[in-house]
Amino acid sequence: MMSAMRRGLTSAILAWSLADIGAAADIPPDDRRSGTTVMGPALQAMQNDDSGNPAGLWLADGQALWDERNGDADKSCADCHGAAATAMKGVATRYPAVDPVSRQPIDLEQRINLCRTTRQKAPALAFESRELLSLTALVARQSRGLPIAVAVTPESRPFIDAGNALFHRRQGQLDLSCAQCHDDNWGRHLGGAVIPQGHPTGYPLYRLEWQTLGSLQRRLRNCMAGMRAEPYAYGSPDAVRLELYLMWRAQGMTWEAPGLRP
Amino acid sequence: MPKAGSRRSPRKPLGEAVILFLLVAFAVLMTPRSGRGASLPCDRPASLTGRPGDIARGQAIVADRRRGLCLLCHSGPFAEPRTQGDLAPDLAGAGKRWTEGQLRQRLVDPRCFAPETIMPAYGRTTDLVRVATVFAGNPILTADEIEDVVAFLVTLRQ
Repeated sequence: MMSAMRRGLTSAILAWSLADIGAAADIPPDDRRSGTTVMGPALQAMQNDDSGNPAGLWLADGQALWDERNGDADKSCADCHGAAATAMKGVATRYPAVDPVSRQPIDLEQRINLCRTTRQKAPALAFESRELLSLTALVARQSRGLPIAVAVTPESRPFIDAGNALFHRRQGQLDLSCAQCHDDNWGRHLGGAVIPQGHPTGYPLYRLEWQTLGSLQRRLRNCMAGMRAEPYAYGSPDAVRLELYLMWRAQGMTWEAPGLRP
Repeated sequence: MPKAGSRRSPRKPLGEAVILFLLVAFAVLMTPRSGRGASLPCDRPASLTGRPGDIARGQAIVADRRRGLCLLCHSGPFAEPRTQGDLAPDLAGAGKRWTEGQLRQRLVDPRCFAPETIMPAYGRTTDLVRVATVFAGNPILTADEIEDVVAFLVTLRQ
C-alpha cells in the first residue's frame, strides 16, 4: 500500500511540476518556423532574389571592402582568406562562438572587428555602421541554405545557458520575457502583427520599416524598447549571450541571410 | 529525553521520510515566487484615489494603443478590430465577468490571479528588472488613470 501511495505521490509531483513548466515550454524542433514563413509570397520572393533584395547594395559594398587593403598591415580580407564565396562558406552559421583568447563568445560582427584590429591593424568598425554591416552581410550571404550549427561545447555551454536565462527573464516596465511572446504565444497577434518565433536565421537583414540593413542586436533592442526595458549595449556580454542562445535555439534551421522583413 | 526521531517506528522505511522531505521542498519551490504575488489581495474594492474614475477618459486610455496598451493583447468593442491583439480575453463583458474590485486589482497587479500572467502590472513600480531609464520609477498608468479605466471597464457589460 505504501508503494502504491508513493507511486501516486510521485506522479502527482511530476504532473505538478510539468504543469508549472508547461506554460513556458520550448518550441518542439519540428514546429520551428522562420519568420520568413509569416511574410506574404511577394516579400518572400523579394528576399530570395539577390537583385530584388535591397541588401544586395550592402553585399556589393561588402565585396569591395573585402578586397580593399586596410590598416597598418596594409592587408585586405582577401589577402589572407582568398575569395569570400569559398572561404566564408558556413562561417556565419557558427557564430556567436567562443573566442579562444578571451574565452568569451563573440558574434560575427565582433569576429570581423577582431580580424581588423589584430590582423589588419585597423580601427574597429562601429556597430551598425555601413562598413560593418556590409562586411557582415557578405560573410553571412556565403552560408545561405546551410543549417545553423553553433558549437555546443563545455566552453560554450555556460554562455548558452546564460542566454537562456536572459530569454526567460521578465524585464522592463511591462515585465515581459522574450519567452512569453516567442515561445508561448507565437502565431498569435500583438496588436495587428503576428508574433514570430524569433529565430535569427536572416541577420543582418533589410527591414522596410528601418529603410536599411540592420543587425540582430538592433532588432533585439527594438523588442526591449517595446518591453520598456533598458536595451543591452551593442557588443555587451548579455547581448551576445542572448544572440548565442537564439542561434542554439534555431540549431539546424536553414540560414537565410541577408533576409528581408516588413 | 528521547532523541528527535527515535519515536519513529523502525518498520517505517526511510524512503517515506525522503518523499515527505521532497514534497515539502517541492511545495516551497512551487509556491508562487517570493515577491511575485504570493499573498496579494485579489480584490481591491476601495478606489485608489478616493473618488470614482471618469468613464470617458477611461475609454480614451483603453482605445489608445500607446497609452493603455490594452489593445495590443486584448480585443474589444473598439475601432479597427484588425489591429487588436488576441493574446488575452476580449474586453467585451469584462464588467459582467468581474467586480469593480477585481478589475482594479487586475490592473494594479494581476499576479494574484495568475503569477505567470503575461499581463503587466499597471500600478506597480517594484519587483521589475531593467526598466528603461525614461520609465524608471513610474507605473504604466497613474492611480487616476487606473480609476478612469476601471470606471470604463465596469460599463462593458455586453
